[in-house]
Amino acid sequence: MSDVVVVDYGAGNTRSVRAALTRLGRSSVVSSTTSAIRDADFVVLPGVGSARSAMRHLDDTGASNALRQRFSDGRATLGICLGMQLAMDRSEEDGGVKGLGLLKGDAVRLREGRVPRLGWSVVEPWGQAYYFAHSYAVRSWDTVASVEGVTVAVRREAFLGVQFHPEKSGPAGLDFLDQCLSLV
Amino acid sequence: MPLARLIPCLDVAHGRVVKGVSFVGLRDVGDPVELAELYSDGGADELVLLDITATPEESATMTSVVERVADVLEIPFTVGGGVRSVDDASRLIESGADRVSLNSAALADPSLITAIATRFGSQAVVVAIDAGAGVVHTHGGRVATTTATVPWAIEACERGAGEILLTSIRQDGQRSGYDLDLTVAVRNAVTIPVIASGGAGSAQHVADALRVTDAALVASIVHENPSGLAGLRREIEALGIELRPLEEHYG
Repeated sequence: MSDVVVVDYGAGNTRSVRAALTRLGRSSVVSSTTSAIRDADFVVLPGVGSARSAMRHLDDTGASNALRQRFSDGRATLGICLGMQLAMDRSEEDGGVKGLGLLKGDAVRLREGRVPRLGWSVVEPWGQAYYFAHSYAVRSWDTVASVEGVTVAVRREAFLGVQFHPEKSGPAGLDFLDQCLSLV
Repeated sequence: MPLARLIPCLDVAHGRVVKGVSFVGLRDVGDPVELAELYSDGGADELVLLDITATPEESATMTSVVERVADVLEIPFTVGGGVRSVDDASRLIESGADRVSLNSAALADPSLITAIATRFGSQAVVVAIDAGAGVVHTHGGRVATTTATVPWAIEACERGAGEILLTSIRQDGQRSGYDLDLTVAVRNAVTIPVIASGGAGSAQHVADALRVTDAALVASIVHENPSGLAGLRREIEALGIELRPLEEHYG
């Protein structure tokens, strides 16, 4: 299997994702190169920053089209946090941003409780606690897991998106990442 | 609501974890990477690393600590002390910090909160408030300002802070319990989570704080016995506070 490609947004923390992959014995590269993103066996679209600047960076580098291409080719992509939200049709963050459109649905501001939502929550139906840090959440037909009625994981074909940070969720998070990688 | 969080805080000076009272008699208590791992293994929900020297000359040392901690830690961590610009925040986040904590720099220029939140999201910005006698203090709690605590917390929230780290100067280091009235007053005034800090001397104190707010910072109570964190968690849970379940890892 080729190196895992961690998509570069131009802002944010790719170091933690790469450190988690290293602990799982997987080599990785950070890239915004279209061919690398299109052809990798496994791509991680990480999640730090704001929707508008992230999408602009993905569009400017051609990474957007590469991500759409690998999706239609059936290649595995894991979107984490903002990386999941960007896979939707649109997000209401930053006054409205058009997403990658891999999945039908949108990302909307959290309306319950304290925002941002920070901390650990048990994800149902998986029964495992993971770490969350977000102000927006997706609404999607492709929901596979939730917390208190809020979608926290979506899956459509070879795209899996999670709202939590597996790279920051202790041994449970590493196990989750390992399972994702083993599906390829 | 997310589960209550227990957050050990490491004071870092010249690349080492130190302990002291009011910056006097600092004592070396260990390597930040080793202690961070120990607390992570013991069930810390997050960590805070505070650069207590916070001089520009020390920033390279702190960046290196952050990188090394990020490479071993599997839980989130916040870095504070000496964050004075978007570039400072950017350097720490790119080195692996999940969030940065702003203190006196945010007081001097509140637009810094918005600038960092716009670039990295509100969840990446913690505003630390050292509070005493109703007003915000600076210089490790030694200098009182004229800024009232609750209005400042509201302003920080409105400007885009994602969390308030609220330290009671009166209680800090006393080990007689958190200032719950202060914590409740600030938490009721804002819509973001609030971390209580200053005064933890027992599991009961931490449990009392977690009944009224989102997270509790602990320092001396865990530094005396870093491997006792798991036990402290169990005591807090026995007092009726739900913390994240720690699974047995069968790898």
